[in-house]
Amino acid sequence: MQVLTYLIPISLILGGLGLAGFIYTVRSNQYDDPEGDSRRILSDEWDEHPKP
Amino acid sequence: MTAQLRPSAAACPGCLAIPQNAVEEAPIAARLALSLPGIHCQACISAVERGLNAAPGVISARVNLTLKRAMIEAEPDMRAADLIPVMEALGYEAHELDLAALSSTQSDKTGRDLLMRLAVAGFASMNVMLLSVSVWAGASEATRDMFHWISAAITLPTIAFSAQPFFKNAWSALRVHRLNMDVPIVLALVLALVTSLWETSLSGEHAYFDAALTLTFFLLAGRYLDYRTRAVARSAAEELAALEVPRAIRLRDGIETEVAVGELAIGDLILVRPGGRMPVDGEVVSGQSELDRSLLTGETLPVFAAPGQGVSAGEVNLTGPLTIRAIAVGKDTSLHRMGDLVAIAESGRSRYTSLADSAAKLYAPGVHILSALSFVGWYLYTWDLRTALNIAAAVLIITCPCALGLAVPAVTTAASGRLFRKGMLIKDATALERLAQVDTVVFDKTGTLTAGTPQLTNLDEFCRTDLEIALALAQASAHPLSRSLAQAAQEAGVSAAPVSDLHEVPGYGTEGLYRGNRVRLGRAAWIGAPQASMTAAWLDLGEDTARGFLFTDALRPGAETAVQALLAAGKQVQLVSGDSSNAVRDLAARLGITDWVAGALPEDKVERIKMLSDQGHKVLMVGDGLNDTAALAAAHVSISPASALDAARVASDIVLLGQDLTPIAEACDVARRATKRIRENFRLATLYNVIAVPLAVAGLATPLIAALAMSASSITVSLNALRLR
Repeated sequence: MQVLTYLIPISLILGGLGLAGFIYTVRSNQYDDPEGDSRRILSDEWDEHPKP
Repeated sequence: MTAQLRPSAAACPGCLAIPQNAVEEAPIAARLALSLPGIHCQACISAVERGLNAAPGVISARVNLTLKRAMIEAEPDMRAADLIPVMEALGYEAHELDLAALSSTQSDKTGRDLLMRLAVAGFASMNVMLLSVSVWAGASEATRDMFHWISAAITLPTIAFSAQPFFKNAWSALRVHRLNMDVPIVLALVLALVTSLWETSLSGEHAYFDAALTLTFFLLAGRYLDYRTRAVARSAAEELAALEVPRAIRLRDGIETEVAVGELAIGDLILVRPGGRMPVDGEVVSGQSELDRSLLTGETLPVFAAPGQGVSAGEVNLTGPLTIRAIAVGKDTSLHRMGDLVAIAESGRSRYTSLADSAAKLYAPGVHILSALSFVGWYLYTWDLRTALNIAAAVLIITCPCALGLAVPAVTTAASGRLFRKGMLIKDATALERLAQVDTVVFDKTGTLTAGTPQLTNLDEFCRTDLEIALALAQASAHPLSRSLAQAAQEAGVSAAPVSDLHEVPGYGTEGLYRGNRVRLGRAAWIGAPQASMTAAWLDLGEDTARGFLFTDALRPGAETAVQALLAAGKQVQLVSGDSSNAVRDLAARLGITDWVAGALPEDKVERIKMLSDQGHKVLMVGDGLNDTAALAAAHVSISPASALDAARVASDIVLLGQDLTPIAEACDVARRATKRIRENFRLATLYNVIAVPLAVAGLATPLIAALAMSASSITVSLNALRLR
């Protein structure tokens, strides 16, 4: 049962990370345009990083 | 936000020179919005963004494909109208959107709030469910107690955060001594938490932490679906309103300035160009033209307007520029006064109780009584408070309206989504249920069954030379009759005759010289011809008597199909119009409607709807004009086309987005099936209760059974709803 002392905190932290990630995406308006975002992947224009 | 403000480096190199802070700190930068109904793919997004960012004065532009809209940050003096030509040059249809009317779409606080609570409940329930599964799998003694305590530590704060909407709703119902669906939910949550904590502290076997969390999760999912459906409808309705930018041209000392309609004052001189809508009630000061009053009265024949004549807000100026002096502005205009009639009509409408409300009315007291009875029964039987409380909590949790909470929203989401793709916007939450009961359909004529565009009927009666002259004259004017005549003639392969000295006489027609003869095309009174009963334009060649081009109102696409389908579905179809009886009779005959009324005033329309309702009919009213507004509000359920006046759209439950009327018949069918699904869902949810409740009352229910019953019923209900898509 010793293993539980590691596993339970780990599972809680992983779950918490997922939740934090989701909250970040909601806060930064990432669900405002789901249709457009799925198509922007196909764009060959880079808006932030230089082309490789 | 950041994504919208960040200038696109690839498309607009010049923008990089502007420090990002400068953009954010300068609130003077204009925010503009364009509606782009034609965009549909990645290439469109790139082309539009590249085009907009390259336009001078634009700081940054970003396309939202879901809303088919572009948001633009621009220099303060930019106007959206300046960017429309840019879009049209790229081949995209663009319309200006009034940002003030879009405000609530921008700050979608409630939706985000619900989503956040849903996410927290979801993550917490997953974690607690993991711990619970190990307990059900056989964890015992100290391990079980530890798992229960960890579950409690996760559950209590989560419920405190996620279940807040239920606490608030239940409290507001209890404060006025009423019961709603949220009262049993809150009671079940609180009782589950209290008994579980008690059990855990006594190192008992059964704790319902996972049940409390999954319950919250499923119920929030239902709430969120419900909210999304309405938010989508609301934002689309807002977009319709935002497309009508309320501006007018004010004349002061001969200088034209464009101002918002709200700034106009009584006595202002306002210039209304051909094609423009009267912004206020007033009186013509100068200019001559014709007015289209069909939106206000249903009349199709244009009315002649000359100095001294009164005009009402909402009328459309057809031929010449008119200068009017405002007599009534804002709330005092005839447009707004119609609102009083709407209020009266609405008060007469019997209040509809939604299926969910009637289910809650049956359900909430039933659950409380059942739970209280099992508590009292077990207490009297064992004299053990702990056992009795445990069983009462189990009964409440198992009967909790998890599936009931999903039963209605899951179905309405699926049905509204399906109708939205067909071009119908469901504005009201209970509109589908009411639509399903409809047995009588009342149509307005002008603008609803007809497209409001005239169609030439007697082209064959004219010889080719006459047509060539008529075409030349018609091309010189933007009047709807001229445009229709020119189009019909061109389709027949006629080319324009060489008519010189062409000019339009506003309010009368066009005239010119052909081989030395004066030729004219215009109103009967101007040409000297007898007034016809139909809409007509008269051609005068200067020699023999004038001859008339006769027009009928073109049917809206799908009008015949819709009426036939409604008749075939066994519904009564009626036509009530403010137009003259000749026009109404012709149209009724064309569509096969036997029941029609012509020359109806707005009050007559309301009376007719009331009379039908009193006879026990459930009436669907379809109309677009101001004269229909009160009738739309009085009917059991109402539909208006997107081209309708704002007031009519507000009063109706469903808005038809496209030109086509065919979806009306289908909507009735979808609504009927949706209501059937809702009832099925209620039955399914009840079935699960019928199986699980006896177990709970008998004290045989375990947290595992509760979790299984709850999840299984929620999932079946959602899947059943999906069959509608």
